[in-house]
Amino acid sequence: MYTELNSILNTSPESFTKGDFILLSDKQSDASFLIHHFLSFYLRAKCKVCFLAMVQSFSHYSTVSQRLGVSLAQAKEKGQLVFLEGLQESLSILIPQDEHTGSQAMNFLRDPKLGLQDLYEFVSSKVKRSCGGEAESEEWGPPVLLVDDLSVLLTLGVTVGAVLDFSHYCQATICSKLQGNMVMLVRCDQEEDEGDNESPACLLKGLTHQSSLTLDVQGLPTGYCRDIHGQVEVCWQRRQGDGQNTQNKLFQYKVHDKGASFFARGTSSAVL
Amino acid sequence: MAAPMERVIKQQTERSTFKTTSFQKKTRSKLLSIPGTRPSVQNGQLLVSSGVTSLDFLLGGGLAVGTVLLIEEDRYDSYSRVILKYFLAEGVVCRHRLFVAAAQENPDDILQELPAPILDDVAIPKPVEQPRLPCESQESLDSMKIAWRYQNLPKVQTALVSSSRFGHYYDVSKTMEPEIRQAAKSHCFYLPDHPQKTSNTHSQFLGPYSALLKSLQEVIRQEGFEVAASMSNSQNPNVLRIGLHSLGSALWGDDLCCSDSPEHRHSLVTFLYGLRALLRSSLAVAVITLPSHLIQDRALMGNITRLSDYSIALESFKGSERETNPLYRDYHGLLHVRQVPHLNCLASQLPDHKDLAFKLKRKQFSIERLHLPADLSETVSRVSRGELPGANAVASACGSATSGNKHLDF
Repeated sequence: MYTELNSILNTSPESFTKGDFILLSDKQSDASFLIHHFLSFYLRAKCKVCFLAMVQSFSHYSTVSQRLGVSLAQAKEKGQLVFLEGLQESLSILIPQDEHTGSQAMNFLRDPKLGLQDLYEFVSSKVKRSCGGEAESEEWGPPVLLVDDLSVLLTLGVTVGAVLDFSHYCQATICSKLQGNMVMLVRCDQEEDEGDNESPACLLKGLTHQSSLTLDVQGLPTGYCRDIHGQVEVCWQRRQGDGQNTQNKLFQYKVHDKGASFFARGTSSAVL
Repeated sequence: MAAPMERVIKQQTERSTFKTTSFQKKTRSKLLSIPGTRPSVQNGQLLVSSGVTSLDFLLGGGLAVGTVLLIEEDRYDSYSRVILKYFLAEGVVCRHRLFVAAAQENPDDILQELPAPILDDVAIPKPVEQPRLPCESQESLDSMKIAWRYQNLPKVQTALVSSSRFGHYYDVSKTMEPEIRQAAKSHCFYLPDHPQKTSNTHSQFLGPYSALLKSLQEVIRQEGFEVAASMSNSQNPNVLRIGLHSLGSALWGDDLCCSDSPEHRHSLVTFLYGLRALLRSSLAVAVITLPSHLIQDRALMGNITRLSDYSIALESFKGSERETNPLYRDYHGLLHVRQVPHLNCLASQLPDHKDLAFKLKRKQFSIERLHLPADLSETVSRVSRGELPGANAVASACGSATSGNKHLDF
């Protein structure tokens, strides 16, 4: 986890707001470094984490998390982490075999018109089990769902409506009922046509409305720079208690080998 | 001078241990040593050469095993085909296995046309020198009498890993000898030989690519390229090089390039997803060429790029008005690096320069930063102030906006 980001968001593994839906989005850049941050953050906070990794393999996340100081293999063994590796599960569906060993979660690949119901069933079964009353599950905190990423579901043929339904169901189950958190990543390209109903931009608008905190990652408006990899706009949608509705903060960031550093605009160490 | 001498000796001993341990980061899993591969200096991943040494340099040392390189074809598919052939030829020279798939022509024909490697160029590794006592033998070899200030500088080293060299050079004017080519085993997939089965409902979403994905999985399983299988067997592990020619074109049965709202909109991306799933768990590298200039939908191109790992685009000058433009006379086309992945690490290493151009010479496919040819004419102003991508220093500050043949005018 990145300490500077924790101070920007006013959170720490000991105290963070529950029932939050955090939306990560990017436009022509890569916001996956934020997913690694939240993964290590919630594992350190001793929450039960359900991670739907659609685009990369387990070893990729495990290697990066090791650099951030968290061991995914250990967390998986202890039962703290439930990891769905989308790539592996999808192979048994894409290449039909006689014996079907994979879980039902990736059934949307069979026929995308079915929607993401099976995926939701998978998530809710894994998450509810933590609060099912087993003795050893008391030591874990509230459940957390991490999804990396939602836009690949769109490219594989799922409709925007189905994805919005899925996120709404998950929010109702995890955030409202179980007081856990959700973090989802959506990746867009440049501005799409307004008439296109199936674009990630449409999905992003719908999800922004549902979320309580958005982190929007973009490249620098002035172009490519080696020392500053881009800018992050942090936007709170709702604040419990305070009257203030929305508040935006803009930071620039640079990703290194072991983390990312965030700084106010114009105060990069390369410039000063 | 005693101090610099010791430094030279230390470098010698370090270099000798360099050759035996083949520098690798300490990782828990043991690193496989396969001829023709080397670990990356950035994150310890296993890299193979793409056949073009300047492309290897751009992509961070080589192609990581388990990834996909997407080449967006130029208009006449000339240079992308050359790069595909370099990739396969490199596989033959390094004794890797090959898998070639094509719909337009028989893959055997592609394999007949591989460029001939320049084998007398391969440096013979010097025998490892035992660290000698710091006495007269070192002095006689290494001390410089005149340029003694340069003694401390590291010697240029053609770094070699175990037995074979990483990255070879090829002569495009000659084709590879059949004896050399047959040394490497290859699998071919020619689309007309695999008629599409309509009864299989599971793979309907893959459409025309289902047979290809199935065939790839069979080859990987049967030949033992899966990582889990390779680690447990102690037999010689090997790398599978997959070359897929012109995916997405109409000859594959895909209408991505034909219509604005294609029926098979999701077939290619689903195939790329399945390919990524296959490759991440096996010792294989794939190079795909795609006629992206035929795809009208930019968002679709963005999805395809995101589902591959490395992505470059070639834009050749052939047939365009730039071919005769004297500004571009040194080059055959432009090369754009669209994406470089970051695997097992947080940050990716994009090349510093965005203005890259390539030139196919007889013995080398060179990629370099675009620079203007030397202006040796009498007139000060350039012949034409045409559009130049990324070159900053074109318009002189004192020149006027219109190009002219005027001499120095202020």
